[in-house]
Amino acid sequence: MSWILALPILAPFLTAALAFLLRNRRGSGWVSVLGAALSLVLAVRLLLAVLEHGVIAGQMSAWPAPFGITLVADYLSAAMVLITAIISLAVAIWAMAEIGQTSTRLGWHGLFQTLIGGVSGAFLTGDLFNLYVWFEVLLISSFGLLVIGGRRQAIDGAVKYVTLNLISTVLFLCAAGLTYGATGTLNMADLHRAVAAHPDPGLMTVIAVMFMLAFGLKAAVFPLFFWLPASYHTPHFAVSAVFAGLLTKVGVYALIRSFTLIFTHDQGYTHQILLWTACLTMLSGVLGAAAQSDFRKILSFHIVSQIGYMVLGLALMSPLALMGGVFYLLHHIIVKANLFLIAGVSRRLTGSSDLYAIGGLYRSAPLLAVLFLIPAFSLAGFPPLSGFWAKYVLVRASLDAGMGLVAFVALLTGLLTIYSMTKIWAEAFWKPHPNGSWPRLSDIPARPRWLMLAPIIVLAAMTVLIGIFPQPFISFATIGAGQLLDPAAYIETVLRGRAS
Amino acid sequence: MNSLILSTGARFLVALFLVFSVYVLLRGHNAPGGGFIGGLIAACGFAIHAFASGVAEARRALRVDPRSIGTWGLICALIAGLMAGPLGAAPFQGIWAEIAGYKISSVLLFDIGVYLAVIGGVLTLIFALEDLGEEVG
Repeated sequence: MSWILALPILAPFLTAALAFLLRNRRGSGWVSVLGAALSLVLAVRLLLAVLEHGVIAGQMSAWPAPFGITLVADYLSAAMVLITAIISLAVAIWAMAEIGQTSTRLGWHGLFQTLIGGVSGAFLTGDLFNLYVWFEVLLISSFGLLVIGGRRQAIDGAVKYVTLNLISTVLFLCAAGLTYGATGTLNMADLHRAVAAHPDPGLMTVIAVMFMLAFGLKAAVFPLFFWLPASYHTPHFAVSAVFAGLLTKVGVYALIRSFTLIFTHDQGYTHQILLWTACLTMLSGVLGAAAQSDFRKILSFHIVSQIGYMVLGLALMSPLALMGGVFYLLHHIIVKANLFLIAGVSRRLTGSSDLYAIGGLYRSAPLLAVLFLIPAFSLAGFPPLSGFWAKYVLVRASLDAGMGLVAFVALLTGLLTIYSMTKIWAEAFWKPHPNGSWPRLSDIPARPRWLMLAPIIVLAAMTVLIGIFPQPFISFATIGAGQLLDPAAYIETVLRGRAS
Repeated sequence: MNSLILSTGARFLVALFLVFSVYVLLRGHNAPGGGFIGGLIAACGFAIHAFASGVAEARRALRVDPRSIGTWGLICALIAGLMAGPLGAAPFQGIWAEIAGYKISSVLLFDIGVYLAVIGGVLTLIFALEDLGEEVG
């Protein structure tokens, strides 16, 4: 089992090393694409193993749990790893059209694969300190990706990003140290037992809130989100897409994992905070977006508001709500990455991502317009797209919990999301270009055009597919949520090896 | 930076840092230490050299592009981790062999890989920042 778990992490790192070595040759981008394809195969193999066994765990270096580093995959982890591989492949292909000679020579593809390796590692680890290490890997590689392609603006965004993420990492490290001091273990499965049995629940709650702050900063929840819109609109579009799709989700995943598996001893307190955070995150993100006029800035603020929905699923802690949260997480990664890729194509066609300076795309590039509408409507929650089911489940779960106000906020956020999407539609697609040009998709040479469009089409098709046939995905998310709510199988699988 | 004290002191310090880093690397096998901290110490040595005599001189002293060092370090560590696969062991499990009475292991290869990766990574950053500083100032 341990190799099935380790290979989806090792493959991106191997690809990264090869891409670094070949950075002065032409093949660097293809190495990245092939590596991403290999990761996808390995992720599918992992998912199949999880579907067969429920939860699988493996010990690195064969040191038994809870002492060695554990890798664990339950439904949620396996699905996250698979979707990471899908986004990685899509962006690796798309990046071939965007990333030029200079960035390639600086090692862009290597850094990109390192980031993917870090994300997969964070989703698979069953150990808090190991999670910290993956966060560091993510931080270093994402800093590199932000700076490469660097105009002055990019450095400015990157510095904000790194400073705030460093604060989060330090908090995480302090909290991990306190946890170890208080309980003597950092293995997540073992912590489930140790935290519940600890004689001082107040201390555990303090530590829990420290983790909440650290992960919340990573996930960009209210009021810790301001670094995100300040940095996501500056780097290459391929970087924005993979950040938007995956990076904040690592924070959300860490929140979900730690507040379903480890810190469940005082839900009246911790999950109440999460609930209010979720509502305020939804609202502040969507209101922030309404004030923006840059394609990517609007999308960045929407990441924040959508994170609110996922945290809401966690905060309600009912089977239906957690299922909605998991479903939302998976659907949103595809939709958001795709919207940023589309923003990249529109930038290439119209020369800017300032909505007031561009236009005319509906008439000159109708294919792009259709491809934009699918994820945009899905984001806002239009039936029959994937976002509709995600929102429907969460609203239903809030009503079931007797929280009408929360349901109202969720619906209002959906409505305001349509407002921003309409704004992009009206400005970038409908009105004529201010300088009178009609940029066509066929103006882009065939090779980069299809390198860019193919991933977008596939991701949009997935959005439609999930929307029309939600049943298998919903039943998958239901089992995943069940595993989160009752972690007995997870803990048993991890700690079983202890005696042997 | 032009400081006689720093550049004179740096000669001794750089050598001291490098020797100490190898000591810490090897000590890490059974006691606190290891590749990560050893790599940081070695990188500190070259960083002091860069502060005292300039980045160009430090790059010359290093002889190899730090990015290549980092990459080869990553490759060493990955080989050490993957080596266990064909032998039926868990990922990153130590593989031992005895040559002429000396025990060698994949654990050491992994540590050396980490050592190189840290030196490469840290020096890439420091040299890039120093270059930037010299351009601006």
